[in-house]
Amino acid sequence: MSIEVEYTKLSGISGPLIFVEGVKGVGYGEIVEIRDGSSEIRIGQTLEVDEQRAVVQVFEGTRGLSMKDMRITFVGKSLEIPVDRDMLGRVFDGLGRPIDGAPQVITDSMMNVNGLPINPWSREYPRDFIQTGISAIDGMNTLIRGQKLPIFSGSGMPHNLIAAQIARQARILSAEEEFTVIFAAMGVKFDVARFFIDSLEESGVLTHSAIFLSLADAPSIERLITPRVALTLAEHLAFNEGMHVLVILTDMTNYCESLRELSSSRGEVPSRKGYPGYLYSDLASIHERAGRLKDHKGSITQVPILTMPSDDISHPVPDLTGYITEGQIVLERELFNKGIYPPIAGLPSLSRLMKDGIGEERTRKDHAEVAAQLFAMYAKVKRIRALAAIVGEEELSELDKDYLTFGTSFEKQFLSQGYEENRSIEQTLNIGWKMLSLLPKDELYRICTEDIQRYYIPETECS
Amino acid sequence: MLTGKVISVNGPIVKAVDLRGIKMFDIAEVGPDSLIGEVIRLVEDVTIIQVYEDNTGLMPGDEVISHCRPLSVLLGPGLIANIYDGIQRPLVGISEVCGSYIEKGIKLPPLDLEKKWEFKPSLKAGVKVKEGTILGEIQESPLVLHKVIIPPGVSGTLTTLVGTGEYTIEDEIYTIANGAGVYTGKLAEYWPVRISRPSRIKKKPFVPLMTGQRIIDTFFPIARGGTAAIPGGFGTGKTMTQHALAKWCNADIIVYIGCGERGNEMTDVLTDFPKLIDERNGRPLIERTVMIANTSNMPVPAREVSIYTGVTLAEYYRDMGYSVAVMADSTSRWAEALRELSSRLGDMPAEEGFPSYLATRLAEFYERAGLVETLSGEDGDITIIGAVSPPGGDFSEPVTQHTTRFVRCFWALDKVLADARHYPSISWIDSYTEYLHDIEDWWKDLDSEWLSVRNEVMNILLEDHRLQQMVKLVGTDALPRVQQFILIVAETTKNAFLQQNSFDPIDKYCSPEKQFKLLKTILDFYHKGIELIHTGLSVKDITALGVVSEMVRLKSEVPNDKTERIDEYGKRLASELDSLKENMTGI
Repeated sequence: MSIEVEYTKLSGISGPLIFVEGVKGVGYGEIVEIRDGSSEIRIGQTLEVDEQRAVVQVFEGTRGLSMKDMRITFVGKSLEIPVDRDMLGRVFDGLGRPIDGAPQVITDSMMNVNGLPINPWSREYPRDFIQTGISAIDGMNTLIRGQKLPIFSGSGMPHNLIAAQIARQARILSAEEEFTVIFAAMGVKFDVARFFIDSLEESGVLTHSAIFLSLADAPSIERLITPRVALTLAEHLAFNEGMHVLVILTDMTNYCESLRELSSSRGEVPSRKGYPGYLYSDLASIHERAGRLKDHKGSITQVPILTMPSDDISHPVPDLTGYITEGQIVLERELFNKGIYPPIAGLPSLSRLMKDGIGEERTRKDHAEVAAQLFAMYAKVKRIRALAAIVGEEELSELDKDYLTFGTSFEKQFLSQGYEENRSIEQTLNIGWKMLSLLPKDELYRICTEDIQRYYIPETECS
Repeated sequence: MLTGKVISVNGPIVKAVDLRGIKMFDIAEVGPDSLIGEVIRLVEDVTIIQVYEDNTGLMPGDEVISHCRPLSVLLGPGLIANIYDGIQRPLVGISEVCGSYIEKGIKLPPLDLEKKWEFKPSLKAGVKVKEGTILGEIQESPLVLHKVIIPPGVSGTLTTLVGTGEYTIEDEIYTIANGAGVYTGKLAEYWPVRISRPSRIKKKPFVPLMTGQRIIDTFFPIARGGTAAIPGGFGTGKTMTQHALAKWCNADIIVYIGCGERGNEMTDVLTDFPKLIDERNGRPLIERTVMIANTSNMPVPAREVSIYTGVTLAEYYRDMGYSVAVMADSTSRWAEALRELSSRLGDMPAEEGFPSYLATRLAEFYERAGLVETLSGEDGDITIIGAVSPPGGDFSEPVTQHTTRFVRCFWALDKVLADARHYPSISWIDSYTEYLHDIEDWWKDLDSEWLSVRNEVMNILLEDHRLQQMVKLVGTDALPRVQQFILIVAETTKNAFLQQNSFDPIDKYCSPEKQFKLLKTILDFYHKGIELIHTGLSVKDITALGVVSEMVRLKSEVPNDKTERIDEYGKRLASELDSLKENMTGI
């Protein structure tokens, strides 16, 4: 470890960056303490070092810093935070410092917030079904313990309600194990944070939750650390303490914007929409921290929330996220406007881990087929609706009209449910069969004959 | 050995001085942790090194050591069923040393140094030998007979060769004397990853790589030794298609490169392949597979090199006369790694920030595929199948566009199909293959009608695509009956043939024979149906037959070894259609 030396000479301040001159023995990625005239200590990290100069990003921002009277110390290690079970039930700022008035957590375990990449060989393939009680998720886009499944939303849509409902209702079928919830807010408004805290409190989950807040008025650069701090605690709880941790990160779009801000103040070559070329790798270093490990009991399940600017799913943030996460829950403006809650889009939503987490002994044998058939039929409904818009419903064939009836009931009865409504997987699948039975048996080409005989509801009983 | 010192660190790009004499692409060990890096640029006295590991804490003044050797992989018995990171560090070994996470600076030999291999020589000392001469064999896995071959560039008199027995990869196996001195050979050798291994001549591919996936084998086949790209936006099933190909294609060896993708997907392969049994030989698939996993959260520079590591391993097995298939998932992540590194070097960006040499690098990579006559005189081939992840699913972006220039087979994944959970979501409109005529003769041995049947069904699908534009405006009922019937046949083709369930025990793999019979059944249905329509029947009269709706279940109800049931079905369908006709004329 290097001896602590104070540097005072800056050659520039630009955006969140300061340029420190004459440094010696400073490592890349090291933590920096910055003191100006006041008693406040700001924290930063070196981004680039050469023989004379270090480029430092300041997490708390550079407002109020001057080139004079600065005292800068390089700590000689990466950012570490204390991690402990006692952090549950507490509220912290974006850098992991308590802001609930209670004292700092006392512990010997310190962990590097950047974590280390998990060895793919040491991962355990996730396959435990999580029942969220929401049909659109359980039935068609199943969440699996250890998965990273983001919610792609748009401004004004109820992503927070859905995330809170998941946090409240999520449970594993086989065992009465509960989730520990870690909530990290990046650049969201205070009311959003308040809503989560309140809803966790009402459902009694708050006492075993930890909350990290870097709200809209906090320096934007702090947001780059917040998800890492939250995940570091999650890793400790999951893999050292054997807990099942559900991490909710909101809003990842704000995180990406902070990254873009930092990148442009460094003068880097931008790729799409000004976001840096390494946005994919950077997001991966957050999302890949979800998962399960061989020979470890716990798990980390991530539900990141992001708002798609102008509902555009091809915007770099949702696009790159979709390439990293194991599926996505997409909220749809059209359903939302129809007053359907949760407005989970039927087609673009996907859970990649679903295939191995469902079926006999996990959920029910017909689950995969029902989901595939519902997807195929709903896709057809969308085509028929487009046609009906042109030729008029009257001109459609009888079968096409049946499809339209199916489409409406699917949205109203299957997708739609209450914020407090907690459906079991049995209920979800039974509603699914009720929907499928609105169409003739011959149309169920994704389902085997045996299951059709067992579950199909003939027309006479249907009414 | 050269020793220099670091003068600046910017992410994985490190500048060092005092390394005069170091060559481009030499390996350097950087800092107190001896992190592995590669020389990527030389500017006057400054050597620019890209470091393959997390270099947090590295500082100016730290030492850099180089042995002036290029980045190489160790080739020898023991590669099969192994899993490596991008620079061939064994992930199993790493987990034994440092647990669930990959710590930086860890160094382990890629192959087990202590394991004894049963070696059987096939030559005797004293003979003249040259590069490519086969010296003996090792049974590497129950499926892979590993040939010990004299490496490229070595020839002379075989002065010594050990007898049958058990040897480690470090034991001396043979010596060769020539004018330049004595060469000592072992069971394993190093080869620089960025240089392709030599062969005698490249040949024109002519055998199809059978994948068991109907849309690929029948409509867009690829030849052994060919190149293909699978572009698709997220959620369109690139990885699932790659997995299906890795599982069921009839190559001898599979090299699966997970390049900048998800950790859980590699775990899926790792847990699945040892359990999945190859129907052709009754052995687990893992016994013919080598895996390279450099997931998205592992260091970016190692991602850049991972595809070269993979293809070099493939060439090593090709040189033994094997047919090797390389799955690279995804080449876009590799290109992004290239972009990230070039931007840190301050290169002038070309399209969308990618460096101007992107196209050259892609071309070099795909050119390492091919059917060759190896130095030993046998035929060996490498098929490269690269996934491409275009941002926003837009195929006009640079990586997809440049890739299409260097591959001859293009399996475009379609978001609309994927949304309807129609997998594999390969579009029959946007995809193409240039291998159709190269491999036509192989299929014609199975059935002389193959090409015409395939083309006729393809035309029905294309006609359907054209008609669908019209349907969108006027609806189905406004079309003439013949066209309505074409829509029905196309719909049947999509559900009964193109769509394939890779989790269904029967449907997951479809033999060439079954593929042809299914296709023929559909075409016969079309011909008979059109005839009936011309006699005045309506489309509904035909679709009302129960036997018609059975067609979609054939793929999952008839096993590959019971294809006569498809013939039986065909007869039943024909007779029911005929009886419709009789009823018609009877009236």
